[in-house]
Amino acid sequence: MFLINCPYCGERDQQEFKAGGEAHIERPKQPTELSDDEWAEYLFMRKNIKGVQFERWNHAHGCRKWFNMVRDTSNDEIKAIYKMGEKPPSQ
Amino acid sequence: MRNKYSVFSLIKNALSYHENWQRAWNDPAPKKEYEAVIVGGGGHGLATAYYLAKKHNMNNIAVVEKGWIGGGNTGRNTTIIRSNYLWDASAGLYDHALKIWEGLSQELNYNVMFSQRGVMNLAHNLQDVRDLKRRTHANRLNGIDAVYLSTEEVKKFCPIINTSPDIRYPVLGGTLQRRAGTARHDAVAWGYARGADAMGVDIIQNCEVKGIKRNGDSVEGIETTKGFIKTKKVGVVAAGHSSVIANMAGLRLPLESKPLQALVSEPVKPIIDTVVMSNAVHAYVSQSDKGELVIGAGTDDYVSYSQKGSHQIVEGTLNAILELYPIFSRMRMLRQWGGIVDICPDASPILSKTSIKGLYFNCGWGTGGFKATPGSGDLFAHTIANDEPHKLNAAFNLNRFVSGDLVDEHGAAAVAH
Repeated sequence: MFLINCPYCGERDQQEFKAGGEAHIERPKQPTELSDDEWAEYLFMRKNIKGVQFERWNHAHGCRKWFNMVRDTSNDEIKAIYKMGEKPPSQ
Repeated sequence: MRNKYSVFSLIKNALSYHENWQRAWNDPAPKKEYEAVIVGGGGHGLATAYYLAKKHNMNNIAVVEKGWIGGGNTGRNTTIIRSNYLWDASAGLYDHALKIWEGLSQELNYNVMFSQRGVMNLAHNLQDVRDLKRRTHANRLNGIDAVYLSTEEVKKFCPIINTSPDIRYPVLGGTLQRRAGTARHDAVAWGYARGADAMGVDIIQNCEVKGIKRNGDSVEGIETTKGFIKTKKVGVVAAGHSSVIANMAGLRLPLESKPLQALVSEPVKPIIDTVVMSNAVHAYVSQSDKGELVIGAGTDDYVSYSQKGSHQIVEGTLNAILELYPIFSRMRMLRQWGGIVDICPDASPILSKTSIKGLYFNCGWGTGGFKATPGSGDLFAHTIANDEPHKLNAAFNLNRFVSGDLVDEHGAAAVAH
């Protein structure tokens, strides 16, 4: 349990948010030309990092907007929060 | 040579004030080379080593554990054992384990306190009723004992459940698997460790894997905090940390690691003599031999390795438990903890070869791996020894995420993940 600083609403309880998994997974530009291996990679394979991870969150019980977060998964410390479409901060 | 545990050894050691019991397993330094190395000294890893030695005559093997034996999820789960899974592949896998459980204490000469007290799953809405009836039929077609119970029969089997129709989550019925139950989780790890050690397996504790050395597409050994260990076969059974090990080998797995919480109450006299699981409200409860209520809560929805969960998860579970069992309203909780569980998109495990020769993964058990410990060890040992899966774990290969043959078992813990 931790506090999340929503870029639109400010600091709120994590309970108001929904985790959306790994960030910056690009949807394939030509889905019809993808091999089964590439589909599996896109749909299922995840980095699942122990340490600093880039992920998406949704303020589900608030403004309902999506944003990105840089978080250390080994201790749940939030390193940075940035809006959708913005470039991830360099570490 | 291991001394056999028996009533006579108990009397003999009582006379010397229990000060001269033989060590249950040794604490060796790693050798330079092994035939195979198992990464992870939890129940599944130790069982794998035990069956590799026992059934496949591989005695020059080691188990490396970054902490101590049974200090991870083996000692953190709620010890429920059952095999009432919906799909054929899962039924085969989990019932194979349940059959081994039934004779495990005798086989290991170690009391794992396996207790077939029955597991009851409750239905709280019409969809639950349909799903559980369907699962009961599927179980029986697969030769697994299962019965569907009416609300009255649920009340008769476990009288402390509130079956009043006006509660938030009314009990509309349930299923019962009588062969299911619980076991003492620590004893399972200790029993397998003792059994494996007796057959010459080196159990190396406080030894963390730091890297996997490859030569092209084959495994050559592992780098550990106790030095390099040469081996051609590495079986990874690292639960929540599977992805961390996979990354060392340059592999990606379809896993997400999340905190799962459990808690126990203060000990009280026997009050609940079975295991009751409730899918829709995400609460399950049983009572340990010490008298504590053992309560399983849910997972958080974000990736975390912190072994801490969110408070609201526990609160939600306790709300549901108090509504179902008003008798517990003044119970105090003694301890609460979290474990990191590795969850697959289809909520089924992976027991598989990989694209790297000599590298095998046993992971993805998610929230319900304890019940499968003996079967998982047996089948993973077969996979490693023969470099081919057993027919019971063939469906649980890594390639199913490419081919699309998922074993979509969201009933894996009989809870919504």
